[in-house]
Amino acid sequence: MPVFDLSATPLRALNSALHGLEQGTNDTRFEVVNPRGHHAVAVGIDSPVSVEVHGSVGYYCAGMNDGATVTVHGSAGPGVAENMMSGTVIVEGDASQYAGATGRGGLLVIKGNAASRCGISMKGIDIVVHGSIGHMSAFMGQSGHLVVCGDAGEALGDSLYEAKLFVRGSVKSLGADCIEKPMKPKHLEKLARLLEKAGVTGVQPEEFRRYGSARKLYNFHIDNADAY
Amino acid sequence: MCGIVGLFLKDKSLTPQLGDLLSDMLITMTDRGPDSAGIAIYGTPRPGIAKITVQSARPGADFANLTAELSAAGLPATVTEKNTHAVIEIAADRRGDIRALLEKLRPSIRIMGAGESVEIFKEVGLPGDVVSRFGVRAMGGTHGIGHTRMATESAVTTLGAHPFSTGPDQCLVHNGSLSNHNNLRRKLVRSGMTFETDNDSEVAAAYLTAEMASGKDLGEALTGALDDLDGFFTFVVGTRTGFGVLRDPIACKPAVMAETDRYVAFGSEYRALVNLPDIEAARVWEPEPATVYFWDHEKAA
Repeated sequence: MPVFDLSATPLRALNSALHGLEQGTNDTRFEVVNPRGHHAVAVGIDSPVSVEVHGSVGYYCAGMNDGATVTVHGSAGPGVAENMMSGTVIVEGDASQYAGATGRGGLLVIKGNAASRCGISMKGIDIVVHGSIGHMSAFMGQSGHLVVCGDAGEALGDSLYEAKLFVRGSVKSLGADCIEKPMKPKHLEKLARLLEKAGVTGVQPEEFRRYGSARKLYNFHIDNADAY
Repeated sequence: MCGIVGLFLKDKSLTPQLGDLLSDMLITMTDRGPDSAGIAIYGTPRPGIAKITVQSARPGADFANLTAELSAAGLPATVTEKNTHAVIEIAADRRGDIRALLEKLRPSIRIMGAGESVEIFKEVGLPGDVVSRFGVRAMGGTHGIGHTRMATESAVTTLGAHPFSTGPDQCLVHNGSLSNHNNLRRKLVRSGMTFETDNDSEVAAAYLTAEMASGKDLGEALTGALDDLDGFFTFVVGTRTGFGVLRDPIACKPAVMAETDRYVAFGSEYRALVNLPDIEAARVWEPEPATVYFWDHEKAA
């Protein structure tokens, strides 16, 4: 199992090794020690390997991930798992701004809290936050699911498209065009599956409320269709 | 961009290491701000003594014989040269006299900051070079703040570097940009404040000084800033005994804090904090938007 000590090895050596993996490689487990807040740790992986990062990371950890499982045993700086395509990213601590931004697929699990703009412009990613999230989360979210076991900050789901938001605690305020919607059996089933995948225990899907787009903004109005 | 660091020591045994710890934090933030760098160090005040940090573009000519000329003009002083800066120590009750006297004796000298405990050093250049020019590593103190600058709103000059000091023992570093600084500067000028630069961050510093002069404490002045300043900001502010942090409500500019029994630390990024003692055991968190944080040696004691 390759181990990269980032206090002794350049970051580029780690990312080059991850990008150079051949199909069917026997190196499927990587360990990273002493990340010391480095930016861009384990970005752009396109192989189904697992990477365990022991410590806290800076900007854009596991960005563009396509198929790998990256676990951060610490906290993550801004833009963790930004534009993830597929795979799983787990942050054992907290995540800073815009976690999972623009993500197209895969699962991002944050076991602590996430700061502002969590899931901004999400496009298919599933994000499960064990704690709470900050303001302007899921802004312009297009598809995917954002599940929050704690509370949400101001302006949740502003200018939302089709992303589905589930919050168990309080929501400080809803953004423009975001409304509470009824929880149907299919939503409860989906939520139960996401909670299980994200390792959330002792929490029932029925404890959440669902939020989504009212589809009343300018861009949803048929008379404006030719403006796009 | 820009990088900010700050360190407030709770454990007195760490005070000899303040300059060393802050230097490492500042140098780690070089890639957020390679234009210029600055640092404010709060040392232990000596009773009855005031300190004035001055800067000159031609230190050789300006600092030569300054001690003797100040004494001859009736103001006994000790001048300690540090590269382009010098720290002048005088009797505290004569602090009101020094500005006019310096204007007469050395018109090209600029005052960087004054008070009982603060010393401020800032220059154009890479943070590592700035730190070594002034010998910051050898400096001790109770708290300090630093800044690495990537200029957006005004020129890359020594005076445009942070920290900005607009009142006794007060200073501010800023990451962001203010949009109502011209209007606010005009208001502050009418109320008697003076400005050295066109820089937006100097306006924020002067605003806090004016608010504190009207009787507010640092926490109250920072709360007022949320209503009166428009734009993006993460501020770290130092006073003689305290250290405060404020982020604007949108909070785009990054900020991480760490606290242990021995210190409170601020960094634009976690990277800046990794060399601090026992950082693995610290409580590390992101300061909330529009929330005032401040620590005070006197209130804590």
